[in-house]
Amino acid sequence: MQRIVKPKNQRVKRALEKRDPKLVENTKTSLMIRGGHTSEKITALLTELHMLRKPHSQMLKRKNIMRPFEDQTSLEFMSQKNDASLFAFGSHSKKRPHNLVFGRMFEHHTLDMIELGVENFKSMHAFKTSKCTSGTKPCLMFTGELFDSDHIHKKLKNLLIDFFRGPVVDAVRLGGMECVLSFTAVDEKILMRSYKVILKKSGSRTPRVELTEIGPSLDLVVRRTRLATQDLFKRASKKPKALKAKKKKNISHDVFKTMHGRVHMEKQDLAKLQIRKVKALKKTKEETKDGKTEGGKTEDGQSGVKKRRSLRSKGQTQDGQSQAKKKRKE
Amino acid sequence: MDTSEIVDKVLRNAAEEEKKYKSIEVQRDVEVEIDLGNLLACDPNALDLKKYRVNKGDYLSSIARDATQLLFNQLWKLPVHRVEDAITVKLPEPTTVLPREKRVPKDRPATKWEKYAKQKGIMNKKKSTKVWSEEEEKWIPRFGYKSKNDLKKDWLLEVPANADPMEDQFSKKKKAKQERVAKNELQRLRNIARAKKRKVPGVGLTPTEKPDKTMVNKAIHLSKHSTASIGKFENKLPKEPLIKNLGKRRKFEPVMGSLKKEQDLQKNILDGLSRNRPEMNVTKAVNRQIREEQQSAAAEKREGRKGGKGKGSRKAAPKTAGRKRTKGGARGKKR
Repeated sequence: MQRIVKPKNQRVKRALEKRDPKLVENTKTSLMIRGGHTSEKITALLTELHMLRKPHSQMLKRKNIMRPFEDQTSLEFMSQKNDASLFAFGSHSKKRPHNLVFGRMFEHHTLDMIELGVENFKSMHAFKTSKCTSGTKPCLMFTGELFDSDHIHKKLKNLLIDFFRGPVVDAVRLGGMECVLSFTAVDEKILMRSYKVILKKSGSRTPRVELTEIGPSLDLVVRRTRLATQDLFKRASKKPKALKAKKKKNISHDVFKTMHGRVHMEKQDLAKLQIRKVKALKKTKEETKDGKTEGGKTEDGQSGVKKRRSLRSKGQTQDGQSQAKKKRKE
Repeated sequence: MDTSEIVDKVLRNAAEEEKKYKSIEVQRDVEVEIDLGNLLACDPNALDLKKYRVNKGDYLSSIARDATQLLFNQLWKLPVHRVEDAITVKLPEPTTVLPREKRVPKDRPATKWEKYAKQKGIMNKKKSTKVWSEEEEKWIPRFGYKSKNDLKKDWLLEVPANADPMEDQFSKKKKAKQERVAKNELQRLRNIARAKKRKVPGVGLTPTEKPDKTMVNKAIHLSKHSTASIGKFENKLPKEPLIKNLGKRRKFEPVMGSLKKEQDLQKNILDGLSRNRPEMNVTKAVNRQIREEQQSAAAEKREGRKGGKGKGSRKAAPKTAGRKRTKGGARGKKR
């Protein structure tokens, strides 16, 4: 990024570079914000959400009097300040009891926000079981027709995936799959449950999965929403050109996913083909003398071509070997 | 024992063994979408509401279990790698489209030098960071601290033969360095301005070791024109040179050029002359329209409040009354 004011020292420069837009992005950090007034439930819920996202989350300790649906400026400022693009805002009022707002930012401007009412909240501590290790990548389950048919539910699903998926990793340890977060849409409610995985023998390589509930468990009711326009969302989810896989030429796949490749070969010189050795076809002394000189010339002229051929097919190496033998004989 | 009996026994044992374990297969009407990169499973099947009403918790956990089982079945099919003692699987790329945190980074715009170098085909040469110092007989950095040109290094400087002996050579060297740095900074800013398509400020005069005649003339001109009145009241120097090529120059179109361009130019002038009405400024018109709409909407809202809720009307009423009173008072004074 081009800055008019240059950073004063290397430490600051590094810190600024860390915040710059990147081709492959870092894991999104989330802010847990308490509103002007929060109920006990909401405070507990925010801390538990913070625990679920832990290395990539920031819990704001003080109250922040703001109304995300009326004025986003202070939210955007906080996002800028903490370099966080996800937030969960909790508040409690008479009109909207136990209120939780999930939202995300694009370039530190609000992209979408969904306000949810929290019901039947049960804390982690209410379940007397062993918990998941902090920082494990959770498995996410979404059940219910609504997540596929309703527009708001679709957006909510996308937001929840973004919020809870954790870091993008290229490999996972099979034994370490512990945490399952399940979201079920029924009766105009979204039921969030969290489970711990127990792997049992099944008689085959894949284990049998059993789940025990560990909390937090809560029911969510959709209240207000502020969703991004289609255009903005499209702009935000643009995939960089540099990361797109380059199309390989002359390779195609058929219905059965077998690969077909087209290989361009030079025309084979049949005069040099090694055929069965018969005495009658053996060259006379004079012929071989001529052939020697001719052969040398052709070899020089075609050396480049031969190299390419040997790369393409192993069958051609035999030819080379036989030539080498010839040379040794001579 | 017969061999067939042994085979039977082994098979029976295996079957019993399998019966002991619960199955890992899950039946679903609609296929569950699985995104392995995000460890995500989306089950679009409708819920069994009867079962749900009977026992909520158990039913929810059974649904979650089934979905997890399906995800794990896929996960266990992936190729396995052993890292130290752990068995890991390589996850594919996530397929769910999620928005980015920040925009896709753009390439840094090329500087003036980079553009020129590309045009001329000048390639960057890699220079080693360290150079051999004959005096110290060791490798020292090429630039910066403890390098050959480090200002702190010299404790003694030679006074050149033709120089003023009272001149401080140290401060002279330091100043020269400062000026080089300043020039570089100016060029950086000019590059930024150029990249942002802003007006690129002129450099004026850069400090030079031996300014030639034209440079001195230019310096005189610039210093005279750097007053608040742009040099209007400056006295003329004796034998002040007349400087050419300063200020704007008229540019003429080439005599032999495209006919189309000339035609368009003339046509534009004629169009402007023959137009009866003045040209419409679209942005201005649009802005006016928007403003009018907003005002009317605000007025409507105000009226609506007056008629509707008590709170709004109570607040609004004294305001208007107050204004009237002041008006009336003014009139009263006049009389």
